[in-house]
Parts: sequence; structure tokens; C-alpha cells
Amino acid sequence: MSSIQKIQEEIIDEFSMFDDWMQRYEYMIDLGKSLPLINEAYKTDDYIIKGCQSKVWVHAQMEDNKIHFTADSDAIITKGIIAILIRAFSGQSPQDIIDADTAFIDEIGLKEHLSPTRANGLVSMIKEIKLYAVAYQTQLN
Amino acid sequence: MLDINKIREDFPILKREVNGKPLVYFDNAATSQTPQVVIDAIVDYYSTYNANIHRGVHSLSQEATDAYEQARIKIQKHFNAAQSYEIIFTSGTTHSINLVSSGFESLINQGDEVLLSALEHHSNIVPWQMLCEKTGATLKVIPMTQSGELDMAAFAKAVTPKTKLVFVNHVSNALGTVNDIKTIIAKAHSVGAAVLIDGAQATPHIKPDVQALDVDFYVCSAHKICGPTGVGILYGKQEWLDKLPPYQGGGEMIETVTFEKTTYAGLPHKFEAGTPNICGGIATGVGLDYMNSIGFDTIATYENELLTYATEKLIAIDGLKIYGTSKEKTAVISFNVGEIHPYDIGTILDKLGIAVRTGHHCAQPIMDFYKIPGTVRASFSFYNTMEEIDIFVAGLEKAVLMLS
Repeated sequence: MSSIQKIQEEIIDEFSMFDDWMQRYEYMIDLGKSLPLINEAYKTDDYIIKGCQSKVWVHAQMEDNKIHFTADSDAIITKGIIAILIRAFSGQSPQDIIDADTAFIDEIGLKEHLSPTRANGLVSMIKEIKLYAVAYQTQLN
Repeated sequence: MLDINKIREDFPILKREVNGKPLVYFDNAATSQTPQVVIDAIVDYYSTYNANIHRGVHSLSQEATDAYEQARIKIQKHFNAAQSYEIIFTSGTTHSINLVSSGFESLINQGDEVLLSALEHHSNIVPWQMLCEKTGATLKVIPMTQSGELDMAAFAKAVTPKTKLVFVNHVSNALGTVNDIKTIIAKAHSVGAAVLIDGAQATPHIKPDVQALDVDFYVCSAHKICGPTGVGILYGKQEWLDKLPPYQGGGEMIETVTFEKTTYAGLPHKFEAGTPNICGGIATGVGLDYMNSIGFDTIATYENELLTYATEKLIAIDGLKIYGTSKEKTAVISFNVGEIHPYDIGTILDKLGIAVRTGHHCAQPIMDFYKIPGTVRASFSFYNTMEEIDIFVAGLEKAVLMLS
């Protein structure tokens, strides 16, 4: 099991403790509030992913062959999901990120937020994370 | 008086649940729900007389043609148009606007001015920008005030002999402002400019009289007035419709065709190329009949009660700010609470079975004016209830508590 999969299992375990959607959302809102803030220098149009509804900023940098992501959103629920995604993908190797999937989001009952029609920028964010991974992997090869 | 329990029985969708909660549908400005009589009309059409129209000699085709043309007459009467052929069926408000704007390409020249209001939906901005790019005409904007009303003094100054066209919505989709279109039309006509009124948000609440307004073009969508999606209405004064060239080429819109020369059919067929949405047109007429059976005065009175009640309850919420506070407005409330993002509020309300719209409502210039990313918009219809407003306000308070 890759380390990304392990983290995803942990997240699924955490969410399985909640009885209803309200507790899940309250937890997610807390995660959103505690998300380490992206350096303000990266909160520019160069790093923005425009959803129709909420904005997402993503920045990536490579250290010791691992990619470190920081991100932010103007909507707190979106930010909560970003926190979950960053926990799963940040600090991982490019190849592991390329190979990973996001099915765990379904399992924790947040599937609706990753629907391509949701227009909250999250689908594009995952695409962006994968693109960074492909780009950094190319550098390593 | 409006018998709300009886009316709610007419809308099967109002009985459904969303996320385990009874649906509270407050996104009526996006689309209205469909009464059973309209659903029945659609089923009846495909079950008993589906046929292509205007060309068949057989009975089914005659029946379908009669029903479709009867629907046109119903629409004519509803809007008090002088002639039934001044009613053109389109696929929606956007299509209606594009039909007119593309027609004006041959009537507008460099140096001409086109005026539009700061309250417009993107669909009433982009086609005119395209028209101005193609013709070299200048697009000028009628500014708005903090309360979300048009600045009528600025408008009066902006109208000059160079003004050829004026576009204003009857009611703003984002704010619910009812614009003083009668004054706007009269002023535009004083310099010979044509006026197009986007009635998409007005027609669910107001019955416009196009002759009394003396408007040149009035457009709207069937799906906001209890009809089906994919049908729009374009009213145009005959003198203007005659001046505009056909929009699309094809069947239905021709009189004679040879490879050398085609002559076009008269109104309304000149603008209705190809097989139209026959069933949709017929169902649109049924939807209008349904609303007229309740009566637009009754609808307006009741919706105003809903608006007043909801406004009072909402302004009691700490930090809640309503955008659009014009004296004349339809049953639409656009708001934000503190710094909470509208998307977050909409997401929690959805979990509670409450449907509202969030975002910029396809009116980014208005959001830029207020310097906000968007709003939460609750829009009411005659089938909504005071109890639903209570559920909505309680849900909103819960959402605010979670998100603060």
C-alpha cells in the first residue's frame, strides 16, 4: 500500500465516526479553517483555478523529490476539501501522485463536491495537482 | 384570494424530498416548476397527435398545426400584441435576443450608439457587444445606483440622436428590480431608437401589455412561466420584424426556392426555420392558461406578501445584507451574511432540502459594482408558502452558525 493510500484509509476511518452529514460538514469546515495558508504571494491570478462559484489557488514546489502543495479557496467548504486533498497528496512523490485516485472522496460522502458540474474549482484542482506531478516527474526522468 | 393548498396539489415535484427533507424550492427565478396540466399536455401531444406541422395534408398534421397556432394566439392575447404573427417562437430568451441583435447588423453603422443597462444578464450583454464589434457602433451603459435601480437622470442624458438601440431588462434577475420601462421606451422613441425589453424575469410576475408599452421587442422564456424548457418568445412590432433579415435559412421559412433565388415566407415563418419545438410551443400556451386562471394580480399580491414576510425575517439575522432594495421589486432576495461565501451557504441549505441559487447569477457587472463574489438568491413563486420561508430562515440560521 502506498503512503497516499494509507492516508486515504485514515481519512475514511475518521469520517466513518460521524453519524450524519452535519457532523461531517462541521469537521470539514474545521479542517478548512485550520488549512495552512498559502503564501499570499501565490494568491494571484497566475495560481488561480476559476470555478464559476468559488475560487481556488494552488501552489506546488519540489523538495527532496517530493511535491509540497499549498492552496486556498474563498469558500470554506471548498477549503475543507482542499485540506483533505492536500493531506493526501502533499509531501508525496510525483509518481505516487500520478498513480493515485480520488475514490476515497466518494467514500467519505463528499462525492457531490467533485462532480464536474459543481463549478467550485475542485475538479480542476485535482487536475492541476496531477499536472504538477507529471511535470515534476518529467524533471526527475 | 389564492388557494395555496389547491395550487400546491397542481405541482407534483413539490411533493418530493431532497437529502431526506421535504423540498423547499426557492430557485424560481432560474426556472419555474411545471404544473400537471402542462405535463399532461406534453404527454397528450406525443400520445395522440405528434406530427410535423404547416405542411402535412393528413389529420394529425392538421391537429398539431392548429394546436401550435392556437398557442401563438394565446401568447398574442396574453401580451396584447396587435397580430399573432408578431409572436415568434424561439428556443429561449437568449435565442430571441440573438435573433434581434444579428438582424440589426445590417441596420447599425459605425458611429451609432447602443445603450444597455448596468443591470443586464450576460445574455443581454454579450450579443450586443458582438454586434458593436462587427458594426463599429459604440456600447454605452446606463449606470445603476446603490439600491439597484437604474440612474434615470444619467439615462436621459445618454440618449442622443446617435442612439439607435436601447436594451433593458424589465426585471433584474440578480436583484429583482422592476425597471421603469415605460419611461425608457418613450425617451428612446423620442430620438427614433428601437427598444428591446428582456422580460425573462418579469413575465412570471407581471402581465405586460406590449401595445400600451409601445415596446419594439419583448422577449422571454417559457420555462420561467410554468412552461417547458427550450421554448422562448419573441414579440416584435411588425414594422421592425419586416426590417430584420431572416436569422437562419432552412425549411419553413421560405416561399419559393430555386438555385438562382429564394423568396422568404412572411411573418412569423421568416424567423422560424426548420421544424420547431411543436410540443413545447403548445405546452407554453397551456402554462400561460394555467397562470391566467389564477390571475396575475392575485399572483403579484401573494408573492408580494411572501417577499415582505421573508425580507422582515431575513433582515433580523445578524450581519445579513440584502442587495437590491428598489421600491419596485419582484419576489427575489439577493443577500450575503457577513463574510460567509454564498457557495458555502448554498451547500448547507441544499443539505437541508432548500434550493437557492448562489454565485454571480450571470450578472458579473452587478457583482463588480457591489464588490462581492456573488450572492445567495432566494426567489419565490405563487406556489411557495410562509411555512417554507420559516424553514428557509431556520436553515439559514443553522448554516450561518456552522460557517461562522
